[in-house]
Amino acid sequence: MTTSIQLGIEAFKQQIDAPIASFFNSCVHCGMCAGACLFYETTHDPKYTPINKLEPMRRVWKQEYTFWGRLANTLGISKPINDAYLDEWQELLYDSCTLCGRCSLVCPVGIDLVYMIRKAREGMVASGHAPEGLKGATSRAITIGSPMGVTMSTFKKQVQHAEDECGIKMPFDIQDADYLLIMSSAEIMQFSEFIGAMAKIFKHADVSWTFSSEAFEATNSGIQIGSSDLAAELVQRVVDAAENLNVKAVISPECGHAYTAIRWDGPNLIGRPYKFDVIHVLELLDQLRQEGKIQLEGLDTNKITFHDPCQIVRRGGITQEPRDLLNSVSSNFVEMPCSGKWNWCCGGGGGVSANSDADELRLKSFAIKKGQLDGAGAKTLVTSCSNCRNMLEDGIEEYEMDIEVVGLTELIADHIKE
Amino acid sequence: MTTMELLTWVRGPGMTITIILMLFGIVVRLLEMLILGRKKDLSVARDPASAKYGWRTIMTRSLPSMACLKAVPVTFLTGYIFHIGLFLIVFFYVPHILFIRDLVGVEWSGLPFWVIDGATLLTMLAMLISLWYRISDKVRRYLSRFSDYFVWTITFLPVLTGYLLYHRQGLPYNEMMIVHLVTVQTFLISLPMTKLMHTFTFAFSRWYSGEAAGRKGVKV
Repeated sequence: MTTSIQLGIEAFKQQIDAPIASFFNSCVHCGMCAGACLFYETTHDPKYTPINKLEPMRRVWKQEYTFWGRLANTLGISKPINDAYLDEWQELLYDSCTLCGRCSLVCPVGIDLVYMIRKAREGMVASGHAPEGLKGATSRAITIGSPMGVTMSTFKKQVQHAEDECGIKMPFDIQDADYLLIMSSAEIMQFSEFIGAMAKIFKHADVSWTFSSEAFEATNSGIQIGSSDLAAELVQRVVDAAENLNVKAVISPECGHAYTAIRWDGPNLIGRPYKFDVIHVLELLDQLRQEGKIQLEGLDTNKITFHDPCQIVRRGGITQEPRDLLNSVSSNFVEMPCSGKWNWCCGGGGGVSANSDADELRLKSFAIKKGQLDGAGAKTLVTSCSNCRNMLEDGIEEYEMDIEVVGLTELIADHIKE
Repeated sequence: MTTMELLTWVRGPGMTITIILMLFGIVVRLLEMLILGRKKDLSVARDPASAKYGWRTIMTRSLPSMACLKAVPVTFLTGYIFHIGLFLIVFFYVPHILFIRDLVGVEWSGLPFWVIDGATLLTMLAMLISLWYRISDKVRRYLSRFSDYFVWTITFLPVLTGYLLYHRQGLPYNEMMIVHLVTVQTFLISLPMTKLMHTFTFAFSRWYSGEAAGRKGVKV
């Protein structure tokens, strides 16, 4: 991919729209967004104040889209936007932002900071200032089919293993099935019990579903790194698979950013609405439960708590479904302090988990999650995002805590009435 | 030019020029922003009537939040006090209402002088504390630029000179009236050229955020 500072500035310019102009026009530097940011709260370094991370984009907006900025540009007195400057901001736009969107909830003038950070990354990619880890993940997603390097052949082998374990034959390429299930690489390789859990639930609920031999990967590194072209290519693979099979809906698995990619960003990336619906697995499970198609048995009495993945709750609107599901299998579900849309991020969203430059800061920021977990006092932590699950397990190990992390879908599958 | 002639010019043609410049500037800045447009969202909204969430956010972000009070008490309290104070001073001080009536032909009841006097003192106190906090708190200091201090100054001066004028302090009445009017005119002309523009753009930014979140089923 060709990159240059000129391409970067042009990409910044292309991203700036009326909402972004209104955000920069409205910011009075009150600094309230700092207290909502995981990385500021754990370091107290003012450079991590969310609005500060957007300084390169603000500079482009001012110089290109305001009268006074253009005048200063003409007179040659504008502050420069060059490689050295953008290089300095790489850490702030990637290592220290998980696109969690918590800052967007607190701004008194309503600035959607994460909307801008996602767009600012387009300028960083075009100018060649994206982290190596994310570049590698995106490159693997485009060339191999998955950011973790999982191929279709590996996926099918993992499905075969899951079939052997659970004794349920899993369908591929079923024309006109109701649902196409796609998955994240982490679910395929690290939490492959998810595959068997889904098959068990679908069999029990008599759901018409299929995998596709054309596309399996739900995550989208193109969105995380900030490259709409690559993101569109990744979304298009799933869209082609779903429309070729003529499914009614695509199921977005337990991965927060995958949900944002396929549910909200996808149609905008490919430039048209889909011919199918997108449903998150938690929405589907709760729907099946409400329709009586899932019969559950046994209530866990051990105290459990739930980590809301940012992209599913705060940026996705799925709040009540996981709680209703948890209360149907547990008699001792407790909320963490700051739960629901106010939950703190696991620290590894928005591509941070794929960016080894950010590891130290990410683990340091886990102190907030530790505080939440201590507040809940549960020994079992349930979540519904494989990336969160990875990050939570990592943090729990680092902080030497005695807490088990469980995926919500597997938990539901364990309680299916035999 | 005598003091009286200067005062007559400042409150007459001077104010007319100021208001024309301010309105022109506001229109230019709003057009400059809106002309950038916003792409239609092609994803299927949870609630197609998502505009209502934008209007909702315009209202709800003005409501006090206990979480914000606990997190940033100084910003929170001084922000509320001086915004409400400025609103009362500008729109409910009887001489200001009469001035507005002469300009646009609409009038309403004012508040007693002692209320405005108290509001003015509280506003100045809140603004001074907010300035101290901007300088002493590391996040605010880090974020602040010349424009932030400039905006603070041109907002504070009309309040201060208005207070001194009412209490016959500092300069003789007519001279102080000229100073007060000039500080007000500086504020009004600067409004579209500075961050004071948030007086108008905050509604747009809140609406955009509220609408975008609302269509995903999140009330912000």
